[in-house]
Amino acid sequence: MATRAIHRAFAKRTVPFLTSQSLFLSSISRSVSTLVLAEHEGGSIKAPSVSAVAAASSLSKDNSISVLLAGSGPSLQEAAAHAASCHPSVSQVLVADSDKFSHPLAEPWAKLVHLVQQKGGYSHIIAPSGSFGKNILPRAAALLDVSPITDIIEISESNLFVRPIYAGNALCTVRYAGANPCMLTIRSTSFPVPPISADSKSEASISQVDLSTFGEDAVGKSRYVKLTSQETERPDLGNARVVVTGGRALKSAENFKMIEKLAEKLGAAVGATRAAVDAGFVPNDLQVGQTGKIVAPELYMAFGVSGAIQHLAGMRDSKVIVAVNKDADAPIFQVADYGLVGDLFEVIPELLEKMPEKK
Amino acid sequence: MKIMVAVKRVIDYAVKIRVKPDKTGVETQNVKMSMNPFCEIALEEALRIKEGGMASEVVAVSMGPAQCVDTLRTGLAMGADRAIHVDATGPLYPLSVAKLFKALVELEKPGLLILGKQAIDDDCNQTGQMVAGLLGWPQGTFASKVVLDKEKQLATVDREVDGGLETLCMDLPAVITTDLRLNQPRYATLPNIMKAKSKVIKKYTPQELNIEIKSDLEVLQVTEPPKRKAGVIVSSVDELIDKLKNEAHVI
Repeated sequence: MATRAIHRAFAKRTVPFLTSQSLFLSSISRSVSTLVLAEHEGGSIKAPSVSAVAAASSLSKDNSISVLLAGSGPSLQEAAAHAASCHPSVSQVLVADSDKFSHPLAEPWAKLVHLVQQKGGYSHIIAPSGSFGKNILPRAAALLDVSPITDIIEISESNLFVRPIYAGNALCTVRYAGANPCMLTIRSTSFPVPPISADSKSEASISQVDLSTFGEDAVGKSRYVKLTSQETERPDLGNARVVVTGGRALKSAENFKMIEKLAEKLGAAVGATRAAVDAGFVPNDLQVGQTGKIVAPELYMAFGVSGAIQHLAGMRDSKVIVAVNKDADAPIFQVADYGLVGDLFEVIPELLEKMPEKK
Repeated sequence: MKIMVAVKRVIDYAVKIRVKPDKTGVETQNVKMSMNPFCEIALEEALRIKEGGMASEVVAVSMGPAQCVDTLRTGLAMGADRAIHVDATGPLYPLSVAKLFKALVELEKPGLLILGKQAIDDDCNQTGQMVAGLLGWPQGTFASKVVLDKEKQLATVDREVDGGLETLCMDLPAVITTDLRLNQPRYATLPNIMKAKSKVIKKYTPQELNIEIKSDLEVLQVTEPPKRKAGVIVSSVDELIDKLKNEAHVI
């Protein structure tokens, strides 16, 4: 531990000396500098990664935020340009361009984070807590010998965080008391990104990560084969303003189409319970809950959903919850703002007819 | 090939938990405890791999206080061949668990390590990734399908990721963490529960494994989440639409 601290102090001292300002920063023992691990697709960084930047900016006022992107090809450069202007507090974009990062595999990514941390000596490393961040960040934390903290919903101080435990039935306040870096994944619905006005927009510098010391042994033990995804024109479940969810009571994949129709009319994303996914009505990436997606839309409409603890964990932070269920004693009514006791096979067609078109 | 499976003792998934009045944690006295559901799935998968002739032995491992032995007996009754209990008290965070696992892997030399993707109490979703990192093994997290090739020593894993399903091919030895849809765990039958009583549970302490349990995390308090204000039951679709439009202003 002691040798690591000395190593870090040494690494810190060698970099500044460039300007008086950076010299000043290095003299503050707990200065905050953050590395955000970002996921990108089709030339732009994904919305949850921008939320991770928003979370980073709430750590401290004088936080220097670097965004790390990895991949290969022209879409990576486009994504880097997007990352540089996605949030006014980004000061630097680091790009690791190599075939090794064509797919977000945990082994090369964790090594990359280790490499970048050794050079940059960041106090914090943050990723969004989707499947990307949850896969990579704990592995990188193990390489750096620190405890990561998962799924943070609130940052109180630069080392004080709140996270849900027991499927969101308790909130735990934890203090990170270990060595740098403090590694976090954040729940993106808890860190909304304010719209960026044109005048506050700034362009961060983009630089390439030197991969010359990146060993060949970092890859090769796992290979990407394919991604099977369902193409859909509806908004992404994690970021939708309105979510319409169906449960087991829909009875079949055929009936589930009613939910999809209603979602289309409202410009909403479609969600499902575990029961609906297990019964094969919809693919698993639509599951909302403790082990599926966590959503917090403005309007959440649940049809034929009983409201098991594990499902509530994924949607209880929605602003307005509507529940339609035949069973007046269903637990979902305890969290619903508006409940309608009735048969969804009558209610949904009526809603389809009477609901106003999406704006 | 030997398979090592991690199992954790947690509050039963169906229990409505209560936060202690002094805010130090969650009430665990006189509460039903069970094997973490994701760990059951991990053990079931290991048993199926063995039954398919791809593995010779399944070793279940649990870490924590003395009562973890009950969880291990459940695992032995499901079909695990033997068990290891690492007797550790006090808070045990994923980093320490991962280090203990690494030490056990070096002793037991399994070809595959299977864990649940997360424990339903701390909801961390870290241990599998961390032990893979420490061992330098490839990781297949959130697995919904696992296919082993014994000849080539490969594991092909379908992973549940945000956009759908991702398929990876990994060299063995590897770490796999299980998602809910990987399989349907079996129930232990009475004869197997009886048989499990004579199976061996070996005990280690962290000191014997040369792992120092230290923590860089400190839990300051545990509180109840804010309650939602009581809702209303509407009587018709018209009333519902009216409320959403004029009261909640969301449509």
